[in-house]
Amino acid sequence: MPDLLLSGGLLLDLDTGDTTRADLLIRDGVIAQIGEISDAEGAEVVDISGKLISPGWMDMHVHFREPGQEHKETIETGARAAAWGGFTAVACMPNTTPPIATRDVVEFVLARQQSLPVAVYPIGTVSKGREGNEMAEMGDMAEGGAVAFSDDGSPVQHGGLMRRALEYARTLGAPILGHEEDLTLNADHGHMNEGAVATRLGLPGIPGLAEEAMIARDALLAEFTGGHVHVCHISTARAVDIVRRAKARGVPITAEACPHHWTLTDEAVAESGYDTHTKMHPPLRTAEDVQAIKDGLADGTIDVIATDHAPHAPFEKEVEYIEAPFGILGLETCWPLTVRELIEPGVISLHEAVRKLAVAPREILGLAVPRIAEGETAELTVFDAETRWTFEDRHIQSKSRNTPFVGSEMVGKAWGIVNRGRWVPAEA
Amino acid sequence: MTPPDVAPGTQPSDAGRLNHRHLLGLEDYSASEIRLILETARAFRGVIERPIKKVPSLRGVTCVNLFYESSTRTRLSFELAEKRLSADVVNFSASGSSVSKGETLRDTARNIEAMKIDLVVVRHRSAGAPHFLTRCVDAVIVNAGDGQHEHPTQALLDASSIARLDIPSLPNLAAFDFRGLRVAIIGDIAHSRVARSNVYALAALGAEVTLCGPRTMMPVGIERLGARVTDRLDEALEGCDVAMALRIQLERQGAGPNGLFPSLREYHDRFGLRGEHLERNPDLYVMHPGPVNWGVELAGEVAESDRAVILDQVTNGVAVRMAVLYLLAGGTAARMQEAAGG
Repeated sequence: MPDLLLSGGLLLDLDTGDTTRADLLIRDGVIAQIGEISDAEGAEVVDISGKLISPGWMDMHVHFREPGQEHKETIETGARAAAWGGFTAVACMPNTTPPIATRDVVEFVLARQQSLPVAVYPIGTVSKGREGNEMAEMGDMAEGGAVAFSDDGSPVQHGGLMRRALEYARTLGAPILGHEEDLTLNADHGHMNEGAVATRLGLPGIPGLAEEAMIARDALLAEFTGGHVHVCHISTARAVDIVRRAKARGVPITAEACPHHWTLTDEAVAESGYDTHTKMHPPLRTAEDVQAIKDGLADGTIDVIATDHAPHAPFEKEVEYIEAPFGILGLETCWPLTVRELIEPGVISLHEAVRKLAVAPREILGLAVPRIAEGETAELTVFDAETRWTFEDRHIQSKSRNTPFVGSEMVGKAWGIVNRGRWVPAEA
Repeated sequence: MTPPDVAPGTQPSDAGRLNHRHLLGLEDYSASEIRLILETARAFRGVIERPIKKVPSLRGVTCVNLFYESSTRTRLSFELAEKRLSADVVNFSASGSSVSKGETLRDTARNIEAMKIDLVVVRHRSAGAPHFLTRCVDAVIVNAGDGQHEHPTQALLDASSIARLDIPSLPNLAAFDFRGLRVAIIGDIAHSRVARSNVYALAALGAEVTLCGPRTMMPVGIERLGARVTDRLDEALEGCDVAMALRIQLERQGAGPNGLFPSLREYHDRFGLRGEHLERNPDLYVMHPGPVNWGVELAGEVAESDRAVILDQVTNGVAVRMAVLYLLAGGTAARMQEAAGG
């Protein structure tokens, strides 16, 4: 393949936020030269004047639905959405059919992503069959390439199993990614946040308490076992507080937040007239919770920005609210919602946000963070934090269309990625 | 100061028309719209008291009653209302989830619409199902109860029944001016669409509403709907004019660790309306949306007493539903007067 010259970009220093203008010459997928490059004969030249360059971003929480639910998403279409959103890597949750609960399925996922421009790392289940009864073969899956373990969607209810899983996974150096929910506290099998809005709309509620009680348990288990608990999609103020206190005590616990949880509140369910694109798990919470997530992102309690990209086919979402599956797309709109809601208002700085996208997820999963230096493999994201644009249906790259953000004004755009030797542009 | 919307004798705005195309709930219906429906219903009540109980108002209009939850009285009441307005009526009943039946609500609705239906009356176990239907089809949608959200025609018929009560201190009730009226709604507020719709309707007409039940049946933030909340029955009945008991869904008790009260006996003992309450408050009227669990929400002597107006509620139900269908189908107050012969 021809050499690739990225011309006129600004290298972002993730420690200081400083930028340096530099051209990048990429040869055979490796960064051959950084600096002012005028002479690159035969190279494909991409003008990225004024745009930022950082190590490629990673979304450590996506659902790519393959194997088994390919009508919602495939590894290929999911990777297309990831690349468009600026991600060079993702970790995919194991609630597939069959679940990623054995090494053969781990290897299947790895085989399916080899030729794609986005690295897809499988997450294995904690329990056999995601049934919450006994430990899955985590050792075998880790050897096969699983980077973490999670029963996302079917939270591990049994405290004893969670304890043993944390002890066991600690040996493997892999975190357990907790969908934190005590299902007995979600007795009404709720469909949105329990609170004044749910009361008004007459929808059964999911109390924040169900999430908070489980995070408290898992924080204690992490402290007791020394195993690493990573809290998925944190959504309430008290949950953020529990993680903050645990971290202060030195507990091995980390947390991620998703753009919809800091952008929308449960009022969106009412305002949309019960639009099922406002239905996800955990649900949209209150303005107070949104503020707490922002505070947690700002003070480092929340380490990671992840999307919980959860595609569902239109025919599955275009139903009565209580019949609709939980989940929305996330990859395409993650960065502009980060800029619009966090960076522009000054909640976090641009380079802190990029650290939560590019560095923190890989540190948690024990993966190398791509470096932008001569001789290194080229894995990078080209983006800006200024472009104002409207997210439209045609921008959706996923196989599904379940997002509440069509028609939303956005700020900041990913323009493309370089990974596995290829430049993948994200057209506006 | 009197809010202008609540003042007696307020003329319905916009020459006797509703400002809504559908009846999804009463939350955003104004007091004047509610009064317009109630006034229209009063005229229809006259119609259904006549030997020939039928008017030609909706001749040529086709209604479908789409009931995804079992219902006897509401479905019968709507069907009678439609027939007495001379509409053509078809019924579709399916219990349980539309999805489990192999056809989605959207598909069913679009098929029905393809058969040229003008008006859809829907009852569904999902809150928001009527709102969803408005996005699927062009027909006018009437909510006949959605999940635990709203049951607007029940609240309208309750208001219509209250307006017929004889409460000497409140001479303006008949003019749908409920200022000074005190209503207690007692029972499982959390799971009650009747309670929510009644709070909106009664508060819009000027009444003071108290919600009463065990804390396990009181949803977060319900007071924001515009009602006082108490978990003591005596407090709720203090100075109360109308006590509205809600039906207890019996399965809420046998739900093991998720049960909301320990036994029917204890519920009746703490929240059931009994003879002693009528003795202490002989002017109290008792209402119930039905069907009554005898000896649970209401002691037999209360349900059978002359203070209970439960069957009058049922009669008004037909008149109110005629009014709703008539107004939504585009009728004006004037045409109605003509049709009702007077």
